[in-house]
Amino acid sequence: MIQTVVSMALPVDEHLQIKKQRLEPFAPTGKEKRISVVTGTHGDELEGQFVCYELLRRLKEGQEHLKGIVDVYPALNPLGIDSITRGIPMFDLDMNRVFPGDSEGPMVESMTKELVEDLEGSDLCIDIHASNIFLKEMPQVRINEITAEKLVPLAENLNIDMIWVHASATVLESTLAYSLNSIGVPTLVVEMGVGMRITDAYGHQLVEGILHLMKTQGMWDGPVKEPKKPIVSYDNEVGYINADASGIYLPETNIGDFVKEGDTIGYVVDPLTGEINETAKAPIDGLVFTRREYPVVYSGSLLGRVLGGVEQ
Amino acid sequence: MREDILYTLPSPYREDLKVTGYRFGRGKKSACIVGSIRGNEVQQLYVCSQLVKKLTELEVRGAIVSDHEILVIPSVGHHSMNIGKRFWTVDNTDINRMFPGYDRGETTQRIADGVFSNVRDYEYGIQFASFYLPGDFVPHVRMMDTGLQNTSLATLFGLPYVVVRKPKPIDTTTLNFNWQVWETSAFSVYTSKTDTIDEKSAEQAVSAVLRFLTRMGILRYHSHSGYIATIFKEDELAVVKTNVGGIYRRLRFPGEEVRMGEPLAEITHPYKGNVIATVLSPTDGVIFFSHEKPLVTENEIVYKIIKRLHI
Repeated sequence: MIQTVVSMALPVDEHLQIKKQRLEPFAPTGKEKRISVVTGTHGDELEGQFVCYELLRRLKEGQEHLKGIVDVYPALNPLGIDSITRGIPMFDLDMNRVFPGDSEGPMVESMTKELVEDLEGSDLCIDIHASNIFLKEMPQVRINEITAEKLVPLAENLNIDMIWVHASATVLESTLAYSLNSIGVPTLVVEMGVGMRITDAYGHQLVEGILHLMKTQGMWDGPVKEPKKPIVSYDNEVGYINADASGIYLPETNIGDFVKEGDTIGYVVDPLTGEINETAKAPIDGLVFTRREYPVVYSGSLLGRVLGGVEQ
Repeated sequence: MREDILYTLPSPYREDLKVTGYRFGRGKKSACIVGSIRGNEVQQLYVCSQLVKKLTELEVRGAIVSDHEILVIPSVGHHSMNIGKRFWTVDNTDINRMFPGYDRGETTQRIADGVFSNVRDYEYGIQFASFYLPGDFVPHVRMMDTGLQNTSLATLFGLPYVVVRKPKPIDTTTLNFNWQVWETSAFSVYTSKTDTIDEKSAEQAVSAVLRFLTRMGILRYHSHSGYIATIFKEDELAVVKTNVGGIYRRLRFPGEEVRMGEPLAEITHPYKGNVIATVLSPTDGVIFFSHEKPLVTENEIVYKIIKRLHI
């Protein structure tokens, strides 16, 4: 059943509408748990679109196995997705910085408030992101350290490659995940793939993980695959490679490669002179889990991240 | 006046981004004024340019008190301004959400660090800022309620209003917030416009800064005393929202006094031309903010009113 969660009139003959698809068991008992799958907060992140499609397809195909309520929200920022805009087009705002919203605030905050009210009461939420157009990420769940104890065991069932437990930051208190976790909805933030593209292997991997997680929560009794055992990592084990020169970046490593400290991970070159401006080196031994995809770089542009403390 | 390049960022296809500072007087770091950080802050750039012009004249006349240095940075975000973008040219991040910055971090964190390392040791910090709601304000001084703010100092600008804002999580990475954390008395000065130039409020802003510097003993300058400011908290403002979307026409403007129930604006059907909603004032008071653009969505804030205040 498709439901409109938020509807606000735009100036000319149109409404901004956030919709969800709800799937329920054929014979509900009224005591079902509810899982919400949300994505499309950033209009340039599309990996979640395939996950929504494939998850709904799988659930409908085996709906006799469905024992919980599944709400799928493919497009929290429909105007952004439609116009290839990361933020909310009219306001140039990052939607993931205006949660939990405020009914007395500007239109965007009214909207996020209504959205949070609709998500409230879910027993679990999966918030799917796709990095941005610049970076490709290995499938991972990011967890604020203050919620790690509760969320890491859940994330271990999601068939992802790694779990990154990161330090708390005040600025992140405006995210959807923080807001939902604060009101008792355990929310896992998935980062995978790259902006403006769909990596179908990652999509299938995550759908398997969501079904497995649902099974552990008694919401699905159909067949599932054994999930990958993710690497659980903390901030102090992550090495960042930021460019110091500007130019065009040519990566030499791929997601999943193991590197040694000092190994070359790519070059920043100058197309006007034919010279190499910088040879980017791995800062630590470890696994490449972030890789820059967008070639134009400035000083400071993130070229990659390496996870230390893991062995090949 | 000494002109310094405070920070340089090489660009792959454009000239380097150079952040330029203008220093007046010599001695202890007394006051720093920052203009346009975002690419649409044209009014803020203009105000700073007028301030640099005025301080140059005053310095020649010996009006800078000895052992005081004033630093003015008219623009940080001009690479965005030059191509009509509000945020950083490459990744659309907001430099004013990257303070205090990080010299080994992402590009806009490095820019923020490059600026902040030059401005953080001043006793007073003044930023000509802009707000994300599109509209006009009554000129005012805004401070973050960090527990470190001093509202009585803010009244010395002589602008009509001082607003204290309770910071939200996203505010903790602004220049104003971090100045206060680093023990600079920080003020954001808002004129009525952002992406267009309003000469009258620009002059008012320049006068306000000169008045403040005079009262702080940094400048010898005889100016009008200005207003005795009304101080209030931002969340005390009455918020007026739309209940429909359409073509928007303002009837009343910032600075005007209104009565409860008085029409403030009309919203017209975009096809049929009839008025489909009249926005009414929920209170007696003075208009502090009004939406300016010709279109509105449903549920948009179109007015903010200082309750029960008379001109």
